[in-house]
This record gives sequence, C-alpha cells and structure tokens, in this order.
Amino acid sequence: MTITADYETAEDRPVRPVDPDTTRVTEHGHAKPAWLFLTPFLVLYLLFIIGPSIYMVVMSFFDTSLTRPGLGALAGFGNYGEALTSPDFWASMWHTIWFTILTVPPLVILAFVFALLADRATRGRWFFRLAFFLPYILPSAVMALIWIWLYTPELGLLGKVVTSLGFDEPNWLGDPNLAMWSLAFATVWWTLGFNFVLYLAGLQDIPRDLYEAASMDGASPWQQVRRITIPMLSRTTSLVIVLQIIASLKIFDQPYIMTSGGPNFATRPALEYVYDMGFTNFRTGYAAAVSTLFFILVLAVSAVWVFLTRRQEQGL
Amino acid sequence: MIGPVSRRTLLKGAFAGLGAASLAACSSPVGAGIAGSQLDPGTVDYWNLFGGGDGVRMQSMEDAYRKANPGTPLQAVTLAWGNPYYTKLTLATVGRKPPNVAVSHLTRMKTLQSADLLEELKPEDLARHGMSAEMFNQRAWNAGLVGGKIYAIPIDTHPFVLFYNTKICGQAGLLDAAGALKPIQGPDAFTDALAKVQKVTGQYGATHGINADTATPWRFFQTLYSQLGGQVLSDEGTKVVLDDAKATQVLTFLRSLTVEKKLMPSSIDYQGAIALFANGAAGFHLNGEWEISTFQTAKMPFSMTLVPNVFGGTYAVQADSHTLIVPRGGATAEGQLDLSLGFIKSMLDQSMTWAQGGHIPAWQPVAQSDAFKKLTPQSNYAAAADAAVYDPSGWYSGSGSNFEIVMGSAIGAVEAGQLSPDAAIAQIRSKLSALASTASPV
Repeated sequence: MTITADYETAEDRPVRPVDPDTTRVTEHGHAKPAWLFLTPFLVLYLLFIIGPSIYMVVMSFFDTSLTRPGLGALAGFGNYGEALTSPDFWASMWHTIWFTILTVPPLVILAFVFALLADRATRGRWFFRLAFFLPYILPSAVMALIWIWLYTPELGLLGKVVTSLGFDEPNWLGDPNLAMWSLAFATVWWTLGFNFVLYLAGLQDIPRDLYEAASMDGASPWQQVRRITIPMLSRTTSLVIVLQIIASLKIFDQPYIMTSGGPNFATRPALEYVYDMGFTNFRTGYAAAVSTLFFILVLAVSAVWVFLTRRQEQGL
Repeated sequence: MIGPVSRRTLLKGAFAGLGAASLAACSSPVGAGIAGSQLDPGTVDYWNLFGGGDGVRMQSMEDAYRKANPGTPLQAVTLAWGNPYYTKLTLATVGRKPPNVAVSHLTRMKTLQSADLLEELKPEDLARHGMSAEMFNQRAWNAGLVGGKIYAIPIDTHPFVLFYNTKICGQAGLLDAAGALKPIQGPDAFTDALAKVQKVTGQYGATHGINADTATPWRFFQTLYSQLGGQVLSDEGTKVVLDDAKATQVLTFLRSLTVEKKLMPSSIDYQGAIALFANGAAGFHLNGEWEISTFQTAKMPFSMTLVPNVFGGTYAVQADSHTLIVPRGGATAEGQLDLSLGFIKSMLDQSMTWAQGGHIPAWQPVAQSDAFKKLTPQSNYAAAADAAVYDPSGWYSGSGSNFEIVMGSAIGAVEAGQLSPDAAIAQIRSKLSALASTASPV
C-alpha cells in the first residue's frame, strides 16, 4: 500500500467533532431572554428590511411615481411585462451576471492562494495580512478614484506602463469590450482582502498535527495542500463562494462612479438600471418591479448554491 | 491608561449622547422634520446644488443677504448636484416639507412644474419686489414660462463654450491683433484651426470629455445640430422628430475630428480632457463655461469665446439656466412669499458676483452694465444667452436626464469610433421611442 492510499482511508480523514446535545436547545427557559436579546435587531430588521421589501413588492404592481404621493394607478403585471420585454433590462441583467462570472473565480482562488502564502510566511506575516486586507477598508468612491487615475487614457499610470513595453494603449474604461474587465480587475484588488481573511482564519483552524503526520508519512507540500488543506477548508470555501456571488451580484458603485454605466451602456448593471428608472425617470413602480425580478434572481442563485453545498456536505 | 469601559457606562453614555443630540436638533431643520413642526416662521430656507467655485460665490452672496437683512434668518442647505438633488427636492415637496426657495435647472424645472410641485409666481407679487419680465434675458425668461405662467426666476445662462489657450493659438496664427481668437466659420475652418493647433502642441487640437461623460458629447452635438435647425423631440416629448440627414451630418463631422483626423482624443474622460488642455497638450477645450475657475486656478494663458458657428445657420449653442423656484407649499406661511421674493431679488442684485463663475447674468440691469461688459472673458460669449438652445421639453428630458444619457451615450460611441453614425441614430431612435411611448410618471 502506498502512503497516499493509506492516508485516503476513511479513518484518517479529518472528522468534525459532532456533539448531538449542543445542536438543539431543549430547555424552554432560554426562549424568553433569547427573544428579548433579539428584539433590538428584529425591530430594525422588520422596519428597514422586511417592511420596505414588502412595500417594494406591492409597489411593483402599481404605476407609482416619485413625484406623487401614494401608490398611483394599479398596473397589474404591466411593469413586469414591460421589464421582461425590454432589451435594456436584459442587457443590464447580463452585465451583472457577466461581472459576477468575471470576479467570483479570481476572488475565491486568489484569496485562497494568497492566504496560503501569507500563512506560510514565517517573518513579517503581519505585513502580508495588512497588505492584502488594506484595500478592503477603502470606501468604494476612494477605490474608484484611484483606479480612474490609473486607467486615465493618455495620462494614466497603467497606460504609460503598457506603452513603454511597446504595446498600444488599451482604452481601459472607454472600450465597450474591455470596460467590464477593467472594473472587474479593480474590484478584485479592492475586495480580495475579505475572502483572504476568511481563508486565513480557516487555515489557522486546521490542526498542525495533521501536517506533521502527513510529512512524517512522506507527503509532499503539494500533497498536503491537496489532501489536507483544501478538504479541511471546504466549509470556508462554501461560505466564501456564496458571500462572493451575492457581493458580486450587488455591483453598483464601481460602474456608477467609474463609467456611469458606459461606454454606451456596456457596463450598466441591473441595480444602476433600477436607479435610472426609479430616480432619474421617477418611475418607482417600474423600478420596484425590476428590483423584485432582481431579488428573485439573487434568491434563485443562492438557493441553487445552498442546495449544491448541502448535498456535498451530506456526501462527506 | 483608560481601563476597560463597562457595558453599563457605555449604555449610559450613549443614552446621554442621544438625548443631547435630540435636544439640540429641535431648532434645526432635521429636528423640525422629525418632529413634524414648522421651521421658525420668518426664516428663508434655501436649497442649492452649488459646489466648487460656485459654492464659494453663492455663500458670499448668502452672507451679503444676511448682512442686509439681519432680521431674517437664512437657512441655506447645499446638496450634491444632479439627480440626488432633484430626488430630495421632489420628496421634500411631496412630503410637504419643502424649502422656501430652491435652485433648479431651467430644463428640470419644467418636470417639477408638470408634477405640480411649483408655486406660480404672479407678476404683481414680482412687481412688488422690483422684478418684471422685461428685466430678464428674454430667451431664458420665455424658456422658463409654462403656458404663459411664471414658475421660475432665471439667474443666469450657462452655455457650452470654446476655451482656447492664448499662447498656443497665438503660435498657430489664430489670434487677431488684439489677442482674441479670429472668427471661425464653417466645418473646414474649424477643422483647419484644430489642425494648426495640433501642429503646435504635437498632440491634439481640442479636447472634450467622452468616457463616462454623456453630457458633454450631447452638448457639442446639440450645439451643431441646432445650427442646422434640427430638433430631437416635439409635443412635450411624446414624439421623436430626429432629422436623420442632419444628425448624420453632425455625427460624421464629429467622427472625422476624433477617429479619422485624430484632432481630438477619442477616449478621454471629463477630468482628463481638462488636464490635457491645462497642460498644453491641446489648444482648445469644449465645455460649459463653469470650468473657468479650474483654468484660472491653473494660472494658464487662456480665454473663452462662443463655440464657432460650424454649420452656418442661425447661430445656436446648447445652454441651460439656473433658476430660483418656490416649491409648492413653500410659501404658505403669512408673509413667507415676500421674504422668499426678497431673497431672490437679493441674489439677482448680486449677479456681478455670480458672473465671476463664468455664468451670463439673466438680470439685465447687470448684464447690460458697463461693469459686466468690461468683465472678460465672460463678455466675449455673452451673446450666447440670446442664442441659447435648451433641452427639449419632455418628462424624461432636461439636465442630467435619461434623455441626455441616451443621446450622449450614442454620440460618445460615434466619437470613440465604436458606432457608425447610422447605427447610433438607429439606437437613439429605438431608445427614445421607448421613452416617448411610456406614459408620463409626472
């Protein structure tokens, strides 16, 4: 039997400690204080999340206008019909999904790789942690300004670098085929730190003796990563992916500030379409219908993901 | 060292802070809004959207009003420019907590009026404060009327203008003996002037914002298209009357400047276009006159003049006006209207201060004064006020509107070489038709 095959036996596989008693609270006495402690959160949650969401769904069936009080005339499914037949709606939905496709893989994979490297660094580990996490604390407007400067045609740093290497200067934010990639690149730099920290925390939860045992058995570093680190981090990965998909679907700030949804609408995401319809065009009823459709999309994506990970976890 | 703060101390502190804040808030607009009470009667509550140099000048005008009217407290609120401003103004008025006086672009005021959010201003009330129709620039005044009724008092006209670097244009031989730009007439003369400047700068003839900037391409297009006598919308925005031949002519010309002759950069944003002009990489810059302060601060040799009459028809140039409005419900308290009109008159009387920011005063006693005529470069393009073309009427039109975004996106794409003029016109037509056929939400 080879060493790796040995390690692959079920007994050696990392097992999560499961204590059946801690999974359910059976004592009735705890319920009351629990609700009491939850009240401040629940009040705010009802007032600012659940309430407005219900109002949004109601409003989506009316021709509500920003400039008139009340809900306005009943529109039935008219707003939904208009949205589903509008090429602008579908284009903006696709831009949101395209951005998600462009950003989720690098934000998950790079965060993992950098966390792994930072975890291995023996000296100056604090510096690497700080360096990767620092961009994340920037407000979106600051991050956008930095990258607008970097991307500025004729004068920007990136353009200068590319032209000094002998290439033509790409029109980073002005080319409809490139603009979304540029936004995605800036976003990866900006938000990588969050996933990085989650992975770093996950890495520190892996017992060191697993690695010791593996190396005593002759496992190479790459085998250790593949057979220990990645499986032990599977829950972190599920969490990172689902958080990242939702964060990427929420894209608004970057195109709103950096490209105004342009060039020629090439980067206008669903939320900016909602903004344009609701606040620029005063059609809050229609904007509510588009928001509801977007809500359904996010819900569907999250549901599919939860379903897939549940199955994966049951398989473990 | 400070020891760990106990939870109880923290809570106590937080409650004390909240209490103090709520007490202090009672007399402020925020407090009045939360409590649902009126602001002190006799106060003028004034909202505006001016930042930068305009913001500084507006504050000095407000201070002058305060000094002259010590008995009338002035509560001035400056909000972020653009859609957020109009959203807040609309919601405050719908929610019956409007300011007494507010700034609005003339092209936006029409939408507010059709939503029934403005008080009509009666000529007899205006006369009491020394204001009447003939004392204003007629173009701006008439553009602000709705069905012959007055809803807004224009304070200026802010046209699209041509900035030029006097040193570069002098080297290119484009200046007359007095050091002013020689008149440029016709598309060939304009192209030629840009080419001469390009030889001096080695980079570009002119610049204007294209990337992430839909307003500037629209302003340039509208200027040239209006010189051909073209219109985009009619019947309050319910009909698209775009003239394909004229639009093609303008778009083809714009494309030749950027894509074919490379006299203007085809991919530059608003700030980049300003920077290229300021550092001498271009001798001309097309923008609204409000950027005057930027170039004055840059201490560069420049002047400003009318955008040339490229297509030779009746001279026309894209412009808008800042107006002062009284939102519905903003004058219900006894004597409030007179306070508001007195404030408006005070702003008009200080038009000379306002003109420092590049704006052409709508108030004729100042616009016709010797002092303004001596003010350069403002007086060079003062004629633009009489040739001003405002955005067409329509609920989706006006400054920063979806109409400007639809037009500017397609025009910018032509200038960047991403769309042919034909494709751009087809795109404009399809997007505008969708808006034109939508029932007005206002």
